Amino acid sequence: MMPRQSRAALYTRRFAQNRPAVLSALLLLALAYASLASPLIAALMAQDPSVVDLYHRIAGPSLAHPLGTDELGRDLLLRLLAGGRISLAVGIMGALAAAVVGTAIGLIAGYRGGLVDAVLMRATDAVISLPLLPLLIVLAAVDLRKLGLPPELARSEMASLYRIVVLVALVGWTTVARIVRGATLSLETRDFVRAAVGLGATPVRVMLVHILPNLAAPIIVATALSVGNVILLESVLSFLGLGIAPPLASWGAMLSGAQETITIAPALAIYPGALIFLVVVACNLLGDGLQDALDPRTLTARKRA
Amino acid sequence: MSSHILRRLAESLVVVAAMSFVIYALIGLMPGDPIDLMLSADPHLTSADVARLKALMGIDQPLLRRYGAWAAAALSGDFGYSRLYVEPAVAALLDPLGRSALLMGVSFVTTLALALPLGILAARQPRSLADHAINLASFASISLPSFWIGLMLILVFAAGLGWLPAGGIADVGGGGFIDRLRHLILPVTTLTIVSFGAFARYMRSGLLEVMGQDFIRTARAKGASERRILLGHALRNAMGTVVTIVALSFGGLFSGALVTETLFAYPGMGKLIYDAILGNDFNLALAALLIATVMTLVSNLAADIAYAAIDPRIVYR
Repeated sequence: MMPRQSRAALYTRRFAQNRPAVLSALLLLALAYASLASPLIAALMAQDPSVVDLYHRIAGPSLAHPLGTDELGRDLLLRLLAGGRISLAVGIMGALAAAVVGTAIGLIAGYRGGLVDAVLMRATDAVISLPLLPLLIVLAAVDLRKLGLPPELARSEMASLYRIVVLVALVGWTTVARIVRGATLSLETRDFVRAAVGLGATPVRVMLVHILPNLAAPIIVATALSVGNVILLESVLSFLGLGIAPPLASWGAMLSGAQETITIAPALAIYPGALIFLVVVACNLLGDGLQDALDPRTLTARKRA
Repeated sequence: MSSHILRRLAESLVVVAAMSFVIYALIGLMPGDPIDLMLSADPHLTSADVARLKALMGIDQPLLRRYGAWAAAALSGDFGYSRLYVEPAVAALLDPLGRSALLMGVSFVTTLALALPLGILAARQPRSLADHAINLASFASISLPSFWIGLMLILVFAAGLGWLPAGGIADVGGGGFIDRLRHLILPVTTLTIVSFGAFARYMRSGLLEVMGQDFIRTARAKGASERRILLGHALRNAMGTVVTIVALSFGGLFSGALVTETLFAYPGMGKLIYDAILGNDFNLALAALLIATVMTLVSNLAADIAYAAIDPRIVYR
């Protein structure tokens, strides 16, 4: 096996050759940075994005408001940056949560085999084949207090964000689970895994210490590729009024309000959607780039094609 | 082959049964319950009345028993009454089901009519300018939020140019064929834009995979024209995967239709489910969700059967 340093260098070099992926990574970084720094930018612009100013509703671009103002007179640029914070956070957290669930299910199904495997994989097929959005709407409408959550938590500002992350984890784990199960099946017959079992390692130790590290590349690729989908899902749910709820705002939630004012304020409908589109494209291109860099087998398959 | 399909059928039935329970349990977890709704409508109800009503409607029973009673009634075709439409839930479903079938059917045809030729065109000359352009368009299609592209279409063609209606299925007093067609154009365009990309990519990769196989080389060696190779040899073999993926995408198409219908105020199944859930119409929501699930599973089953029918090399154990 090659020393670790050179493998990382190899991945970096392969990734750097993929220009769309590098550009996407830069764009995402810039957006994430701007979103995180939005309070700072607000301070520099001497604006407060949460203050309602009804005298300056739906204003066009000006020096004070580079992109104009929204239906309540708040600065659109700052609102977009604040919305990006939530959208990006949901995308990353949701994809990670789904990856954790999928990895656990895939590892257990692959390593345990037998009935456990059969049941888990049939469940995976079932989740893949369901009409997801109607079900997500039901899940999103569930009253958290009836689930026995303490009211403070159910009514907290962040509740809608955590809820989306949980929803994504509930329905988004299938891809990773399938990949991990397949890889586990082939890894568990390898000598180093057999040696570990022979030395008396517990199943949990075998799965976590010997199998999991070898699955890092496919899991990272699948997770990166799912971030864009999670952002799309969040935006749809928020647009339908079932996702991110005030006082938080994501790009999807901003579009939900923009629908009513579309004739008098088209900018409110154009910018958030354009940002969702840009970010999702960038996430997909980045995921593609990571796949080519980390998992060269798919690259050769595609090059051959 | 038939035993394989029987097994898949049995699996699908298990999934339907499990889903009906999950949906039933989830609906019980939604805000508000029927008694609360009655209470808000009639302030004279006493707590004794509430207890009596709960016993009458069986709400005081444990979840499993309630589900059992509901499932027994549902199996005999009784899904209860719809609160919003004041008629049996099944009756309230029929018209929206037909309208959704129309919307999805037309969108499906236009999507395939756009995606398959594009996929074939891209596969004919891999890495050509056309291939790159089609790839880019497909990528954009996959990454577009459906409701946003719908909003943009409304902005341009309804609000801006005023060419087409922004929503609904017919003008007041209208309802002729042309009128209905005009109302379909924007929703269908929206669905087509967001779904053609995935299909075009599948078509391209499916065709390219086949084009690399030995029997294509043999056909070339025998001097068959590229056109004949493509249409006579490659396409048929590539269709197997494409048909499967197309049939498997029904759930996705349904989800897309839900967003589109809600955005364009098109009274189909998707909007019905959305309205029923937000309007606390539990019976209707349950029936509609279950029908959506069953339709998805049936199309998946059809994909399985079609796959074997198109490609005789597939032998199911």
